[in-house]
Amino acid sequence: MVFLQSPAVRVGLSVAVATGLYGLSFGALSVAAGLDLLQTMALSLLLFSGGSQFAFIGVVAGGGSALSAMSAAALLGIRNGVYGMQINVLLRPSRWRKLSMAHLTIDESVATATGQTNSDEQRRGFWAAGIGVFVLWNLFTLVGALAGNAMGDPARWGLDGAAVAAFLGLLWPRVRSREPAAIAVVCAVVTLLAVPLVPPGAPILIAAVVAAVLGLSGLGRATEGLEPDVEPYPPASTGSSS
Amino acid sequence: MNLWAWILLACAISIATKLLGFLVPARLLDNPRMLRVAGSLTIGLLAALTAVNTFASGQGLVVDARVAALLAAGVALWLKAPFLVVVVVGALAAGVARLLGAA
Repeated sequence: MVFLQSPAVRVGLSVAVATGLYGLSFGALSVAAGLDLLQTMALSLLLFSGGSQFAFIGVVAGGGSALSAMSAAALLGIRNGVYGMQINVLLRPSRWRKLSMAHLTIDESVATATGQTNSDEQRRGFWAAGIGVFVLWNLFTLVGALAGNAMGDPARWGLDGAAVAAFLGLLWPRVRSREPAAIAVVCAVVTLLAVPLVPPGAPILIAAVVAAVLGLSGLGRATEGLEPDVEPYPPASTGSSS
Repeated sequence: MNLWAWILLACAISIATKLLGFLVPARLLDNPRMLRVAGSLTIGLLAALTAVNTFASGQGLVVDARVAALLAAGVALWLKAPFLVVVVVGALAAGVARLLGAA
């Protein structure tokens, strides 16, 4: 099995297992937010971008309008367009191949591909992580949604606490230096100031505008915030952390 | 429009966004400013969602059991726990805080 001997494939598959498991929490939180099983699966199958999916149900759970939920998901998905451009330049797919590659263009598949130097390995890494995450993410979304349906009252099980933890967990790997931390703090404060003043859901869109302005005027690395949730190639331990 | 329509629209926008990256000339998106806006949007939105899910209750701000979840999840992340463990820790912290009498 040449395929499984490829380092990129092995990295891609391990990333797929770790990321796929997030699907459990997405499925459970989605039904807790009031979406039914089919709606939850539609998001995982068709929208297929973890951050955007969590954003959609996070806004709905907070009483926000579906328009705000959709807008938050769309804005959070803009980075996938940038990834698509990068993969297109890197792998030069044929016209028909672009369709399937586009759907699999997410943090993890792009990070796995761009971490390789050989172009065959880049291609294998992209497909292994992309297909692997897609299959496992959907499988675990289904399991999570079924479990969530069986659990009943979300507050009783601390599922609202799970949502808080999930968003902090998605944010965490992207805040690695002072500038992203400043963007995160400013946006969180702006959001909370806006909560009493505008309808639920809208504060998140106001924060998005602030984030875009901060990004345009920023001085930090251009790739800030574009880190994957599961780092395919963790830096060697330097002994400086924890 | 009902929820289904918004869900399918969100899905269509997601697919279109991904496809756009493959179809438009690279020079339109491949500049530091575009990269930086995409990144800062991601950070800002996730921070906003964290804040709202922790403190908002409708149009009010409250401090309740969810703050325990935020703190516990922060400790778990600092200890480099995997995502799923962080989520479970958050749920347990909120549950325990309620048992202890938090709203």
